[in-house]
Amino acid sequence: MRTPVAYYLIVSGILFMLGTIGVLTRKNALLIFMSVELQLNAVNLSLVAFSRLHDDLTGQVLAFFSMVVAAAEVVVGLAIIVAIYRRRRSVDVDDVRELRW
Amino acid sequence: MVSQHSGLLWLLPALPLLGAVINLFFGERLGRYAGWLASALVIASFGVALALMSQLLAKPADDRLFLEHLFSWIDVGRFHVGADLRLDDLSMTMVLVVTGIGALIHVYAIGYMADDPRYGRFFAYMNLFVFFMLMLVLGANYLVLYLGWEGVGLCSYLLIGFWSEVPANAEAAKKAFITTRIGDTLMLVGLALIVFRFGTLDFEVVFGTAGSVLTKDAATVIALLLFAGAIGKSAQVPLHVWLPDAMAGPTPVSALIHAATMVTAGVYLVVRSHVLFELSGVALTVVLVVGLVTAIFAATCAIAQQDIKRVLAYSTISQLGFMFMAVGMRAYAVAIFFLVAHAFYKALMFLGAGSVIHGMHDEQDMRQMGGLRRLMPITFVTFLIGALAQAGVPPLAGFFAKDAVLEVAQHTDRTAVYLLGSLGAFLSAFYLGRMLFLTFFREPRSDAARTAHESPPVMWVPLAILGFGVATAGWLNLTPEGRLAGFLQDVTGFGPGGNGLGTFELAGIAVVLSLTALVVTWWIYGSGRVDWQALREGLEPFPRAALRGWDVDRAYDTVVIQPAKAGAWITAYVVDARIIDGSVNAIGAGVRRLADRGRLIQTGFVRSYALVLFLGAVGILVYVGVRL
Repeated sequence: MRTPVAYYLIVSGILFMLGTIGVLTRKNALLIFMSVELQLNAVNLSLVAFSRLHDDLTGQVLAFFSMVVAAAEVVVGLAIIVAIYRRRRSVDVDDVRELRW
Repeated sequence: MVSQHSGLLWLLPALPLLGAVINLFFGERLGRYAGWLASALVIASFGVALALMSQLLAKPADDRLFLEHLFSWIDVGRFHVGADLRLDDLSMTMVLVVTGIGALIHVYAIGYMADDPRYGRFFAYMNLFVFFMLMLVLGANYLVLYLGWEGVGLCSYLLIGFWSEVPANAEAAKKAFITTRIGDTLMLVGLALIVFRFGTLDFEVVFGTAGSVLTKDAATVIALLLFAGAIGKSAQVPLHVWLPDAMAGPTPVSALIHAATMVTAGVYLVVRSHVLFELSGVALTVVLVVGLVTAIFAATCAIAQQDIKRVLAYSTISQLGFMFMAVGMRAYAVAIFFLVAHAFYKALMFLGAGSVIHGMHDEQDMRQMGGLRRLMPITFVTFLIGALAQAGVPPLAGFFAKDAVLEVAQHTDRTAVYLLGSLGAFLSAFYLGRMLFLTFFREPRSDAARTAHESPPVMWVPLAILGFGVATAGWLNLTPEGRLAGFLQDVTGFGPGGNGLGTFELAGIAVVLSLTALVVTWWIYGSGRVDWQALREGLEPFPRAALRGWDVDRAYDTVVIQPAKAGAWITAYVVDARIIDGSVNAIGAGVRRLADRGRLIQTGFVRSYALVLFLGAVGILVYVGVRL
């Protein structure tokens, strides 16, 4: 008996919302970053779920792509955060607001 | 006509050009020799002209033509213009005048300009002028003619403003250039029309096929446009205003450019293009009327002038009017004869005036002169010959020339032209007598006049040669058909004949008129029995108005120059500054204001960006969902 695809989507949706709330409410850059990862993984989960629903591997391939891109993005993103931390001894995104107007 | 090649033709303009180049680059180092070099080259050119003349005369009368193709100038599609020279009877006559009188004036200028710091440059310009003038008269098509036409205009500008330290001289140069430019531009339009109609500018083709190519109206338009160029160059009414001011140049320049040669280029142009003018008919009438009006108008101005050179300037304008009168009556040979005679006596009088000015230490006002005949005998005698010639005293050249014009008028039943022409002749005798008596007779009226000295031989020898020429040039046209007329017949055809008073009766009337004028002027200015200054006062305001050329300058200032300046001011400070610049600036300011508002959405808060991103994603999702 297969688990209905709706369950996966509900979990995926919950994860995505958690991630979104994290991005919107957190001040710490690292935590925002982790929340973004959560959103990405929520999307990966729904991709895999749909893949199975349609018996089509494209979705899983896309999920792998997404993970690889996420890994690359983490490298760049963390590097930026480390650089900001070294300069300012803080990773609070509200402090980093010079580039406006 | 079988055209023949003469190896000498290119030398004619090449020699003065060489002189111009050498003097332009090495004139400073040549020092005093610059003038001699320039003169020698023009004399050499005159020698070449004489050689060509003998070659030309050796040929049968219907084949007197040399053509020389120097190089292909413009070669585009079916439009070809060559740098072609053409020597026929008409250009031969002009070449002899330009190089012959030009050479004498060059020699004279050696003395006249001796103390000038820019001696070399002066002769470079003079040689350049002779080069362009020769190109003008030798061109075998309208483009070469136009090259010379503009070239002499340039040299005229450079030489009028030669002493440009004085702002008035630079102003006069600008005025001359711009005024003639008006005519030149119209002439250029005429040339464009010729290209448009004929597909070529070659004289041979244009005149040969004009009858079949042009309608009467087209011929009128082209002829009048060409005549507009002639009006500008030859200082006819209404574009005459530049010539009196052109006297700001050194006197040899006035003699060469503004009396003997350049200003007669307009006459040459009309005579050269007479086929077009005859096709039109109307154009010839216009030429006649303009010539007549100019002849009378300028003569009235000349009577009131105080500056000896300005008298001569107005006199030149008036005499050019006589030439155009002759042209307008189809008497082309008479016009050219007049041109030759005028070149002699007007160059002579200008050089004489220059000698007076030189002797008077740069004083040009005749009121300061008087009694110069004892101190400057040679100048006096030669000047007297020139003045009597123009006044029409036989047997000097001017008598025959002027008489020929009046005779044509009388013989073709143009009574009004004859009477007005006689009036013009009377007036010219009058102003010449006035100038003569004021300058050379009675007692000196200033210290400069008491201490005046005769000019050096380098100046009076050319005067003497010219005086001899003036005395004898009349014989050129003495026989009934005229030697010069016969020589020119191949180009101009015979002038109109007809019946009227006999030649001797007409000559008698003309001589009586001239002598009357001279006697009257002697009585007023020479006898001491009339207080001529009080007389002048009594006639005000006419003398003052005539002195200013009947205020044509002021009229132009009011009607043309001030409105043009106002228009330029509006364009510069309203249209350009307010409207064009204003709209550009307004667009810039508007973008800036918009950006000032718009950039405030950049708060710098990362989370608000994320929220917008999120809301956007939701919005797209909702949109897609609704669509489904």
